[in-house]
Amino acid sequence: MTEKKTSLSRRNFLRNAGVTAGTLVATSTLPSFNAVLFAAVKRNTKGPWYGIAIDIEKCIGCGTCAKTCKIENNVPQEPFFFRSWVEQYTIRKDGSLKVESPNGGIDGFTQSVPADQIEKTFFVPKMCNHCAKSPCVQVCPVGATYETEEGIVLVDEKYCIGCKYCIQACPYGCRYFHPDKHVADKCTLCFHRIKKGLNPACMDNCPTKARISGDLNDPESAISKFIRTKNVYVLKPHLNTGSKLYYNALNQEVR
Amino acid sequence: MPLHLKRLLLTGVVIVSLFLLLKHALTPDSFGQYGHYRGNSMGEIAALPIHFTGNKSCESCHDTIVTMKNEGYHSDLACEGCHGAGYLHIKNPKTEKLIKPNSREFCGKCHSINPARPEKAITQQNIKDHHPEDKCVKCHNPHQP
Repeated sequence: MTEKKTSLSRRNFLRNAGVTAGTLVATSTLPSFNAVLFAAVKRNTKGPWYGIAIDIEKCIGCGTCAKTCKIENNVPQEPFFFRSWVEQYTIRKDGSLKVESPNGGIDGFTQSVPADQIEKTFFVPKMCNHCAKSPCVQVCPVGATYETEEGIVLVDEKYCIGCKYCIQACPYGCRYFHPDKHVADKCTLCFHRIKKGLNPACMDNCPTKARISGDLNDPESAISKFIRTKNVYVLKPHLNTGSKLYYNALNQEVR
Repeated sequence: MPLHLKRLLLTGVVIVSLFLLLKHALTPDSFGQYGHYRGNSMGEIAALPIHFTGNKSCESCHDTIVTMKNEGYHSDLACEGCHGAGYLHIKNPKTEKLIKPNSREFCGKCHSINPARPEKAITQQNIKDHHPEDKCVKCHNPHQP
């Protein structure tokens, strides 16, 4: 009884309130995540450090990336499972926003909003951001998902217990639960192709070369030049995920 | 030491050693090699087969048509972007044929009018009005449009 009284005492209340307020003030002074500052630092001293760049000004929304990804990685064909997909954002003249992605863009996009109502519209290809501080990796209870030294986030399908915690943790919705294997599945940046000296399938097959990947450590690589010469932005920088998917001409409406 | 404490201690030792034994037996060999994960899984993923073999592999047989494509507007396109993955075809070219998509909808995936498509980036056509009775390939050679 006396213990309960002490825990509710004015002294304790004031102390806890002080600690909470102090923590909030202290964390608010921490520097926020900045994509380009992050890219400037060499993160892997032994080899490449992979990043991805997507140029929204070049994307024509054909869905070839989503289609080839499914073939290359044996992703189930049903329209709920994607490692890579395309969204169309439409800002109407009345200030409302429509986001659509019929079958991930694989069958192409048909204009669903009448032309006279459109203020602005654009395509946003999405895929795993291969974060350097991945929320999905942090929550895995068994160590079945991890970041390689090259900065690629992978899933060990033999070790995954299928708890789906990582699927909830990913702020970009880039993971899905494989219906046959009963494990979490995601983009590997075509790890099996990169290790054979090839580009990821979505990037090789993109007709407008709107997407590239490469070594952020190499100042002469195409992706390093992309980041240097364009106004790049990452998705949800406030979450401090260390995202390495850099978009050119990304609107703030994109989530 | 009293007997009951000795028994408790012995039970504790048995439980702890059983736990350590099980942990040793159940942890995969390469776990912890690079970090808190199974190091071998990287090699397993890297060993997966590829499906898209690239324009170079097409060139070795279909050089005329690849050269024709490379001289036209479609020079940046990958052969397999339209024709599908070629990993089976390059092993058995006689039996495993690739697709030749020629529907109006297929061309429309890139070329139908959509305000989201950057105008300068791609030629766009209203596929409902533009010679709706014919296939696009009747007039436009996809390898040299």
